[in-house]
Amino acid sequence: MTSLLAFDWFLVLEKLILIAVVIFGSLGVALYTTFAERKVAGLLQDRPGPNRAGPFGLLQPFADGLKLVFKEEIIPNTSNKTLFILGPGLAMTAALMTSAVVPWGKAVEIGDRVVSLQIADVNIGMLYIFAILSLGVYGIMIGGWASNNKFSLMAALRGASQAISYELAMGISLIALVMVTGSLSLREMVEHQMAEGNLWNVAYQPLGFLIFLICAFAECNRAPFDLPEAENELNFGYHQEYSSMKLGFFLFAEYVNMFMSSVIMSTMYFGGYDVPFLDESTLSTNVAALVGIVALMTKVVAFIFFFMWVRWTIPRFRYDQLMQLGWKKLVPLALANMIITGAVILWLQGK
Amino acid sequence: MSPTQIVFWLLSVVALVSALMVLISRNPVNSVLWLILTFFAISGHYLLLNAQFLFVVNLIVYAGAIMVLFLFVIMLMNLNKETEPQKNKWLKLTGAITGGSLLWLLVSIVRSAGDMQGKAAMVKEGNIGLIDNLGKILFNEYVIPFEISSVLFLSAMVGAVVIGKKD
Repeated sequence: MTSLLAFDWFLVLEKLILIAVVIFGSLGVALYTTFAERKVAGLLQDRPGPNRAGPFGLLQPFADGLKLVFKEEIIPNTSNKTLFILGPGLAMTAALMTSAVVPWGKAVEIGDRVVSLQIADVNIGMLYIFAILSLGVYGIMIGGWASNNKFSLMAALRGASQAISYELAMGISLIALVMVTGSLSLREMVEHQMAEGNLWNVAYQPLGFLIFLICAFAECNRAPFDLPEAENELNFGYHQEYSSMKLGFFLFAEYVNMFMSSVIMSTMYFGGYDVPFLDESTLSTNVAALVGIVALMTKVVAFIFFFMWVRWTIPRFRYDQLMQLGWKKLVPLALANMIITGAVILWLQGK
Repeated sequence: MSPTQIVFWLLSVVALVSALMVLISRNPVNSVLWLILTFFAISGHYLLLNAQFLFVVNLIVYAGAIMVLFLFVIMLMNLNKETEPQKNKWLKLTGAITGGSLLWLLVSIVRSAGDMQGKAAMVKEGNIGLIDNLGKILFNEYVIPFEISSVLFLSAMVGAVVIGKKD
């Protein structure tokens, strides 16, 4: 039994604390994103938005959460009960798992111990994110199928085929990004962008970023690609039979997904915790970490605002338009981007 | 037992139980879900061998892509009836005997193969499954088989499109 206890217990403890902070942090951000969404919608449509609960309506998300918790829990008789409950749980788990490989900042010093602000620095970080992303479909598919409702099933199939189609273009645009940075680890990607004389990846990969952005919208089921919940065709989409907090989980997972894809886009294309025109090595470790986290969060908030701006501006695609955009426009564009990137890198090496 | 061993036995039990459940469950959708769990457990074994790339590719390709298509097809075919027609008892018995003999044959071949003699799995220290080593070996030593298999995939893809096309 001695070998079992021969762990670095402090490491376990610090990772557990970090995981708890990241998970609850993501949930908190997602909570206030729902509020921000309604405020931004109000701003764009020239109306005040929620402003009754608390100062400026700031307690609104808690009121909504309480309402969802206290609603009656209905499980349809004809549904498959286990899978009906499993669906929203899977959606939420997959949404939260992405955060494990994201570097939130460089490191903090506690006493004489340097604690890394990343849960796991694996050398396949980007592929891990891609894998979790491809698992996100199961929540929608299982939930929609287990409801035993034709509208839900249609929505689930739409969601799945949409996710599969857009994963392809997304993966190919990421290959070009890997060629530029030469690493799959998100930490090394950020360090590469921070290095002297290097610009952010978006400067080298503008087309790749555009493709990735469009695919991120589709993967999050956000407007203009929110076909799985198109009300005028499918009533309420894959979560039509859900009520109470199980519905809340589905809705909430969408916001967690939005937060996570904003974090990933900021990390991969916009320098992560890098502050432009500032040499972080001149600051002390803890100050640099704080500045880095603030920088990352600023970029994330900008992305989330962009997500909402698009949702309240652009109308929904038709389903055939969605498939056409994915397969006939984005995939060839991403392939061309990959070939050009490879050719330019070879040419620069040969010079 | 070391922590690695505990994880190994846990993953093995999960893999075997969920593989059995794939066969036992009546509902095809449940079978697919158990199969996904099996793939997860097998991916965990890759991780124990420090083959991170194989771990994640196994998840992306099998759990993330192929199983989604399986689920897709089964949901579309609406096979969710609990009562499947039962096969003949003798047919089941013959199936079990032939399948069992095949398993026995495969296990004994693997155990007696010359390449396997006197070798232990490199737990935690093998580095062939890391992405840079695997890439270098694939594109140096095994580049011709690698390219041939990708041509095979391409021709299969073109064939599927041709078959699926309405004329």
